[in-house]
Amino acid sequence: MGKVFEAPGRAGSIVTVKGRYENFIGGEWVAPVKGHYMANISPVNGKPFCEVARSTAEDVELALDAAHAAKDAWGGTSLAGRAAVLNRIADTLEANLEMLAVAESWENGKPVRETLAADIPLAVDHFRYFAGATRALEGTTTEIDQDTVAYHFHEPLGVVGQIIPFNFPLLMAAWKIAPALAAGNCTVLKPATPTPWSILKLAELLKGVVPPGVINVITGPGAEIGKALATSPRIGKIGFTGETTTGRLIMQYAAQNLIPSTTELGGKSPNIFFADVMDQDDAFLDKAIEGLVLYAFNKGEVCTCPSRALIQESIYDKFMGRCLERISRIIQGNPLDTATMLGPQVSAQQLEKIMSYVDIGAQEGAQCLIGGKRNLLKGDLAEGYYFQPTVLKGHNKMRVFQEEIFGPVLAVTTFKDEAEALAMANDTLYGLGAGVWTRNGNLAYRMGRAIKAGRVWTNCYHLYPAGAAFGGYKISGVGRENHQMMLEHYTQVKNLLVSYSPEPLGFF
Amino acid sequence: MEPAVTATQAALDAIACLVAQRGAVMFYQSGGCCDGSLPICFDDGEFLLGDHDVLLGEVGGCRFYIDPRQYEVWKHTQLILDVGEGEPEGFSLAAAEGKHFIIRSRVCAVGWAGPIAHGTGKPARDP
Repeated sequence: MGKVFEAPGRAGSIVTVKGRYENFIGGEWVAPVKGHYMANISPVNGKPFCEVARSTAEDVELALDAAHAAKDAWGGTSLAGRAAVLNRIADTLEANLEMLAVAESWENGKPVRETLAADIPLAVDHFRYFAGATRALEGTTTEIDQDTVAYHFHEPLGVVGQIIPFNFPLLMAAWKIAPALAAGNCTVLKPATPTPWSILKLAELLKGVVPPGVINVITGPGAEIGKALATSPRIGKIGFTGETTTGRLIMQYAAQNLIPSTTELGGKSPNIFFADVMDQDDAFLDKAIEGLVLYAFNKGEVCTCPSRALIQESIYDKFMGRCLERISRIIQGNPLDTATMLGPQVSAQQLEKIMSYVDIGAQEGAQCLIGGKRNLLKGDLAEGYYFQPTVLKGHNKMRVFQEEIFGPVLAVTTFKDEAEALAMANDTLYGLGAGVWTRNGNLAYRMGRAIKAGRVWTNCYHLYPAGAAFGGYKISGVGRENHQMMLEHYTQVKNLLVSYSPEPLGFF
Repeated sequence: MEPAVTATQAALDAIACLVAQRGAVMFYQSGGCCDGSLPICFDDGEFLLGDHDVLLGEVGGCRFYIDPRQYEVWKHTQLILDVGEGEPEGFSLAAAEGKHFIIRSRVCAVGWAGPIAHGTGKPARDP
């Protein structure tokens, strides 16, 4: 048994819960104009635990008003001043790490061992990274000729809209907010419909830390407020993380106003294991086995979930045997227990989708090696959305190999040689992440360069350090987050073209 | 040959209600992560179709489309539009208060309506 945190809102919990949450606009809590709220459910037990605003387009306008009121002062704040605010946000998150980790776990269902060690510490570091990165970002000058100089400045876009997914509510908020603010913009952020609350807990902490109007959070349905935000002529850019069709919709909306967008979309990431991983039974093999089992990280609700394992034929039986043994020891249950490795899916909708995929996998002839069913737990967890860690063996043309299931479901198959591994790895619509495992550095390099994906983890997986660019090839999105280059996506270039010559051109 | 897309009675009832309330709707089969792999229901015309999108067929009098690349890897299965519990999580219209559209699938040979005609959003040939 690990340490078990009390559920938020209950006696003895380190997390307080109000009955109802309003929007965070202009540094204040503002009731939705139409007065509607919606129940917010914890996937841990399937029960509502608070209400959040069910906002409408009018509330989007209020948030944009607040952001526009703040943008000139914030955009004009010195780099040192902006960096100081970002560092204060980081310090505030760090000082409340355990509270936020428990809130995030209760909101999303992800195991608290992950939020304590990954989600929240990464969010903290993300703000610190961009506090430094923005001060290191330099403009350029070009001496066009002896008397003519082109100066290039990075200027803020003003107010940006940001729409984030449910799988890492706080970390995705950090990925979006940190570069936007660092670049001198104010933001209106829309959390995902299933996970609005932990971000509102963050907003509670930021009151007084961030100038009013610089960060605004509005909650509600995507079809209504997501659309109102993305189509607004009052934003200078829209940032989105989510799935592919909505990504297209976001770009369509951005086109209406001729504004830029960045989109981080889906994946179906291959995780490739070459035979030499089993050359020795050592720490590296142990790491590779864990590397395969990482498909269950965050219940598989990760855009880069290594959900296609490609294993060299000659080691398949032995290697998969070791992996299945490891998978069989995954502890599923209350995510607030630090011993728990696998929590519930975020919603009934996701659970149902996963079950529909396991069904189609069976129809296509995939063999279920482990799991395959909803996990009905007992007591308070009986109504939670738990799905057993599952492995399906089949071939790469099956739909379970081609579509992101977004659950703890691994599709596994074998390959004969390097060429077949590469062909299979690239036989997908997506190109977000990939993993390569081998003791041969030359092979790892060749594979890493030849795989059509924005991130190739080599002898590791699921690391997300600030400073390593993250984004998609193919239909997995446009833009690179998690790196200083994101500042380019949140600024526009001002060129001052200056003549120091007194001579006229002589045309007229 | 079976139709490439069909709907359960629950989905047909939901579509009829939606159409009565808001006018015609359309479906686009999503892919990728998060709310991906779910059908997204829009007011008709809300989602701009591309020249290469594939019209799978009609359900309850509403057109159902899919990305051409996704169609290639899904074309050995029939899609069955159904209704599930819970609010939609992305930009889709709800099937009803607290309900969302979902796809179930069946492996079988299917016939499809064909690529849309250039710029019209309508099929190049009749379903």
